[in-house]
Amino acid sequence: MGERAANRLFDTFNFIFLTVCVLVCLAPFVHIIAISLSSSRSIVSGEVSLFPIEINFEAYARVFSDTSMIRSLGFTVLLTALFTVLCMSMTIAAGYPLSKTNLKGRKSIMVIIMITMFFSGGVIPEYILVRNLHLLDTIWALVLPGMINPFYLIILISFLNGIPTSLEESAEIDGSSHFNTLFKIILPLSLPVIATLSLFYAVGRWNGFTDTLMYITSPNMYPLQLKLYQLIQNNMISDLMQMEGTQRVMTQPESLKSASVIFATVPILIVYPWLQRYFVSGVMLGAVKG
Amino acid sequence: MIATAYLRRYWQLYALLLLPLAYIIVFKYGPMYGIQIAFKDFNFFQGIGGSKWIGFDAFKEVFHMHDFFKTLRNTLMLNLLDLVVSFPAPLILAIMLFELRTVWFKKFSQTILYIPHFISWIIIGGIVYQVFGTQSGMINNIITSLGFDAIPFLTDKYDWLVTYLLVGVWQSAGWGTIIYLAALTGINKELFEAAEVDGAGRMKRIWHITIPGIKPTIVTLLIINLGNMISIGFDRPYVIGNAAVRDFSEVLSTFVYRIGLESGQYTLATVVGFFQAIVGLVFVLGANYASKKLTDESIL
Repeated sequence: MGERAANRLFDTFNFIFLTVCVLVCLAPFVHIIAISLSSSRSIVSGEVSLFPIEINFEAYARVFSDTSMIRSLGFTVLLTALFTVLCMSMTIAAGYPLSKTNLKGRKSIMVIIMITMFFSGGVIPEYILVRNLHLLDTIWALVLPGMINPFYLIILISFLNGIPTSLEESAEIDGSSHFNTLFKIILPLSLPVIATLSLFYAVGRWNGFTDTLMYITSPNMYPLQLKLYQLIQNNMISDLMQMEGTQRVMTQPESLKSASVIFATVPILIVYPWLQRYFVSGVMLGAVKG
Repeated sequence: MIATAYLRRYWQLYALLLLPLAYIIVFKYGPMYGIQIAFKDFNFFQGIGGSKWIGFDAFKEVFHMHDFFKTLRNTLMLNLLDLVVSFPAPLILAIMLFELRTVWFKKFSQTILYIPHFISWIIIGGIVYQVFGTQSGMINNIITSLGFDAIPFLTDKYDWLVTYLLVGVWQSAGWGTIIYLAALTGINKELFEAAEVDGAGRMKRIWHITIPGIKPTIVTLLIINLGNMISIGFDRPYVIGNAAVRDFSEVLSTFVYRIGLESGQYTLATVVGFFQAIVGLVFVLGANYASKKLTDESIL
């Protein structure tokens, strides 16, 4: 076989291989969408795989008419927005001074922050701290403990170090204060990394679950993930009980659960393509430095 | 006087640092102060300071718990198997993406492959249930319609293990390619051209140029992964796990949650968490040292 034919064969195989990978990535989502649009009868009888059967929008109608679901979505949007803005502000407030290599005390402060990357008090002492600060069952329990991610801070600092210092120096000669330089020169130049880190903070908060499970007890403060978890957990339990031969407990219809899953995923999928070109370069920057 | 001049010039930078530092000290070092609970008979009425010292009694109790060793074993087992299964996946995927000549398809598949990384484990848990469930899961529907017996993917512990690992690959493989692709673009293009002139085929080029070119990245990532052997996320085993497979799915993080926050044994749970933090720190420092020795690259 000639070199050319071998290359052609490789390319064809590669194309097929990646197509299969892409399909494997998408198939579960397609299945969930199909379930959410199908009738209960067809789901229970196991007819639904990738295409909806006996299409209806009942599940979505129920999700959108469920006030607790809508409130949960609203709360999660508010929480994510608040969290992202505060996290980014704090990360920038720390990152800008720490990007100045000549700042006195910079090294010690970096060490203080870096230590928290590798050692922490653990879940229980964190819980007791949050409890002692009377933050349990408030939005602040989900906002304050996670505000500066040291790894993201390092990504920001290495980005800021890449900005030519001559820009800042000339501003300084013109009498610009540090605050002014930060807002007028540095931040506009840092949009790609700010977009990247904001996406990471926002997705982390949107998807966050452990802390909601520990810190939130009142149902009207449930973020989406916690609410979804309870829907899904009921499912698991009923599946187990049926395994053991007991009667199937009445649970929410599968289509409603699937519709809720889609409902909680769509916001991320809407934001994601817009920010994708930023985060790829952002992660690469972090990867090279980290 | 120089000091005041320095401060006058830079006070704004220090002012910016105040809030972040206060935050780090309260919310990151605050819990470290709380670690003393591990050595105390803690209860909320007396607080951290007021509770009685008990020395290493709680450590002795934990090290006599059968469940503790089971969760320790599970943590190491799940992480080790995950390393074997999930580590090579992004490497292979990245090489295949790198070799792809069709630009639009390359961009398209990257976009799709990254998506699972952005989906929460709760949602993945819901999807896993719909796909692998015994009663009406997609895969079992197909299996039974072909006339075979349904496979208890979620309720038999060995089948569950496979499900857990496969879902991990699905979630992380695409995202993991980013670092490799960054390293791949750093390889000198002339090497590939020279190899082509010398008549090396695609496989030969991958074997002799591509893989050696990203070897430092592979080794570094491998070492970091080994360093994280004892740390394990909470969400994935908690959500995919269930009572029927507790024998395998109970890991240190879920164990801490259960004995601490569900049954209120704060001292014991703190001991387990502290043990995990110390061992984790030793692993990470060891991994960093090994990485420095082997590849001249370190993470610290």
